[in-house]
Amino acid sequence: MKWIRSIFREVLGLFVDDTAFALAILIWIGFTFWIMSRVNLPHSIVAILFFAGLALILIESTARYARRKR
Amino acid sequence: MDIGWAHTGTSIVASFLASLVECVEALTVILAVGSVRGWRSALIGSATAIAVLLLIVAALGTALTNIPLPIIQLVVGTLLLLFGLRWLRKAILRSAGLIPLHDEKTAFAKSSEAMRNRGTGHTAWDKVAFAAAFNITMLEGTEVVFIVIAIGAGRTGALLPASLGAVAALLVVTALGLILHRPLARVPENTLKFIVGVLLSAFGTFWVGEGMHLAWPADDWSILTLIAAYLIVALVMVPFCRSQSKAHTFTEERP
Repeated sequence: MKWIRSIFREVLGLFVDDTAFALAILIWIGFTFWIMSRVNLPHSIVAILFFAGLALILIESTARYARRKR
Repeated sequence: MDIGWAHTGTSIVASFLASLVECVEALTVILAVGSVRGWRSALIGSATAIAVLLLIVAALGTALTNIPLPIIQLVVGTLLLLFGLRWLRKAILRSAGLIPLHDEKTAFAKSSEAMRNRGTGHTAWDKVAFAAAFNITMLEGTEVVFIVIAIGAGRTGALLPASLGAVAALLVVTALGLILHRPLARVPENTLKFIVGVLLSAFGTFWVGEGMHLAWPADDWSILTLIAAYLIVALVMVPFCRSQSKAHTFTEERP
């Protein structure tokens, strides 16, 4: 069982090292999916908003890390 | 759906650069294992791991053909986004001096020291050398396999260019390792990681969007726009993060 846990940890580590950052990405994907089905916005606008949200998550996470190192 | 040049070119470049980084890291440890404990077991360990990885690719490739494309794009794109944005975040922080740079010479020295501390190894069959070479090849190889599948699975015909990029990287690093017999410390690994982070994030964003049936404004060419946009964000964030923090000097850490 120990080796299964170790493999799981290795695989998880490929995608997550800051839990809040990973969660924010997943929530934003879910939210965009929800917006697509509920709100009548042109899909090209949603596509731009989708990227903008991801870029903001990246900016917030790196800035937060930098502030912690102050 | 056919694959256009915007995808073919970026798929090859992204897969090549990402695989190059992983292969360089694996080579450093394999060189340390081989030079300290002997080449036979080290090379057999690496070759066994590559065979296992090829079996995984064959199995996954077959399984993926049975899943509808939008589901693959959504799931693989989400994983690629998590993976790519994590790389890009670390690359920004590394470039800003907030986390240590990776140094192959230090990694080689550490691995060599670890191998020396495991007792004598110059016998016909060295389990320690086999296990060390197998583990590092599996670890870095799994990342290569994921990158190839993630870049290639989002569109029919994209798996071939992505695989070609990875194979080219493996051949280049193997050839350089055979010729030089020392870690590839001159490869600008941290710059490569920055570029790869940008490319993987752009691919992940594009695939998730396709999976959600979003209409990208410039269709396939949007992938290049996304690459440019992520690059600008990342380049702006480096001096910003540096200014937010005191200067920190680090020596070494695994990425």
